[in-house]
Amino acid sequence: MLLNALLLALREIRRNLMRSFLTVLGIVIGVAAVITMVTLGNGATRMVADQISSLGSNLLMVMPGQRLGPGRDSAGAPKFKSADIEAIEQQVNGLQAVAPVVGSAVTLVAGTQNWSSTVSGTTNAYLVAGNWRLAAGRAFSDDEERAGKAVCIIGNTVRRELFGGQSPLGNAIRVKGFDCEVIGLLAAKGQGGMGQDQDDSVLMPLRTAQRRLTGSLDIGNVMVSLKDGTNSSVAMMQLRSLLRERRKLADNVDDNFNVMDTKQIAETLSGTIGTMTALLGAVAAVSLLVGGIGIMNIMLVSVTERTREIGIRLAIGALESEVLLQFLIEAVALSAFGGLVGITLAFFACWGLATLMHMPFLFNPGINLTAFAFSAAIGVIFGYVPARRAAQLDPIEALRHE
Amino acid sequence: MSHPEAALIALRGITKTYGQGAAAFQALQGVDLEIAAGEFVAVMGPSGSGKSTAMNLLGCLDTPSSGEYRFRGIHVERLDRNQRALLRRNCLGFVFQGFNLLARTSAQENVELPLLYRGEPADVRHAAARAALGKVGLSGWEHHTPAELSGGQQQRVAIARAIVTRPLVLLADEPTGNLDSKRSHEIMELLVALNREQGITILMVTHEPDMAAYASRIVHFVDGLVAQDERSSPPAEVDACC
Repeated sequence: MLLNALLLALREIRRNLMRSFLTVLGIVIGVAAVITMVTLGNGATRMVADQISSLGSNLLMVMPGQRLGPGRDSAGAPKFKSADIEAIEQQVNGLQAVAPVVGSAVTLVAGTQNWSSTVSGTTNAYLVAGNWRLAAGRAFSDDEERAGKAVCIIGNTVRRELFGGQSPLGNAIRVKGFDCEVIGLLAAKGQGGMGQDQDDSVLMPLRTAQRRLTGSLDIGNVMVSLKDGTNSSVAMMQLRSLLRERRKLADNVDDNFNVMDTKQIAETLSGTIGTMTALLGAVAAVSLLVGGIGIMNIMLVSVTERTREIGIRLAIGALESEVLLQFLIEAVALSAFGGLVGITLAFFACWGLATLMHMPFLFNPGINLTAFAFSAAIGVIFGYVPARRAAQLDPIEALRHE
Repeated sequence: MSHPEAALIALRGITKTYGQGAAAFQALQGVDLEIAAGEFVAVMGPSGSGKSTAMNLLGCLDTPSSGEYRFRGIHVERLDRNQRALLRRNCLGFVFQGFNLLARTSAQENVELPLLYRGEPADVRHAAARAALGKVGLSGWEHHTPAELSGGQQQRVAIARAIVTRPLVLLADEPTGNLDSKRSHEIMELLVALNREQGITILMVTHEPDMAAYASRIVHFVDGLVAQDERSSPPAEVDACC
């Protein structure tokens, strides 16, 4: 009976191919959207997770300002000075490297090429804290750091954009009106956790950046990396009390600086991505619901259209449950077929988008199965009302129907 | 009539009222009728006489408002919708004026339909449907859809569908109403043959005396009552099968 009903249903679908296609389009789009959202969300989360490990998990960022994120109040907060860096180095236990960073967005020119990038004025400690290796050349010498010489170490993206295939070492880059000699090349790292290009950066000695780019002795933020085995919350506490002391904050005053564990940032970020994924998935699920209503609509039309046929079936002895089953299976076959097409579509969409956005493509059998089961369930839910209407027709009335 | 317990179909004081209150219309006003196995009964009467209502009741498509309908001793008026469906499935066959075949579905599949609901396996269905189509003279037309068949052929397919389950009773509602005179007579001869050779009891509604003449008994309905009940020949021998 079940098999027969399935065959009957398939025949009916084939008979109205165009209409069936339009009917299931809603389901197709809904299923594809849900799967794509969730798969890409998972890919983004995975990318962040990978990023955490590439950073080295024990990196602290110290920034001036009261809190992070939108509405961040950094305007009034005092900046860090070199003395703060020295104090941190001396007074906090278990630190591997402390790197001051002065950031500035600039346009770089080399020969006929130019490129917009970010210059970070820092020390060699940056290479240690950020887990950077040099692909070529050397780090800053003590002399260069002390004197603030015009030398720089460039990232791989900057090298590619400015020098193409040539070796950049020994060449000069023009930065905001002064020439800066390239002494080193960072090993490529690829994309960062927020989709930014980590290789698009230029490092120069802190003093050089302060003098020639920002014109002040302020330090933007501080990167602190911990030695293996150091408890990051203990180090954060020491860091906080030291900075509160140095900034002369009374006990009842909030911090006017921020210490963040990058691990924590990454976790916050993946939490945010998870929320976004859930939200987009929910929006996509609404389209699935709309698709279900489309199926119900068409099934109701179909029942009206086939009233006479239903009358014939009832007259020759079809049970109410058998007519119900036939129409229900028809609805489920439609929506399940839509689900399959949606899954196929989602597969290609995810693969294409993941490639386009340089994200890992994680095929998730769970969400595919769930979406398929959900589309079939939609067939049952939205097919039930029309099917029951068909099953409860009065055979005499139905046979009289024109 | 003389052996009421042996009757295949027995109606006692059947009434059927449509609507309620002032708008109520009593289509049947206390019908008593007995039909023995093997009879070929023509039901006649002007429109509004209650003959169609009576046929719907006899075909277990509807239930009476009051009275007793026994089919082989079973109280049909006490059966629910599904039980009546099973009774139709197992004991009754229907032929309609408008043929009522499934469109865009081959003759073979149309005839197989009742067997499908009986849960017969595919090979049994195919064989029985081919045999039934053979009986109505449509061998070789199995794969034609109703649209490719003439009216007479369509009605033959409908008859094949009705008899493929070897029913006790065949109910025909103006089976020749949509056919020309030549086809009508062919259909009637087919029904007579089924009645004689298979012993199928036939109840047929018609308003054409020509067609009614093929029956062994003619029941006239007037104003919701049996007005006249004439018998022209003894019923055929029965070797029932249901």
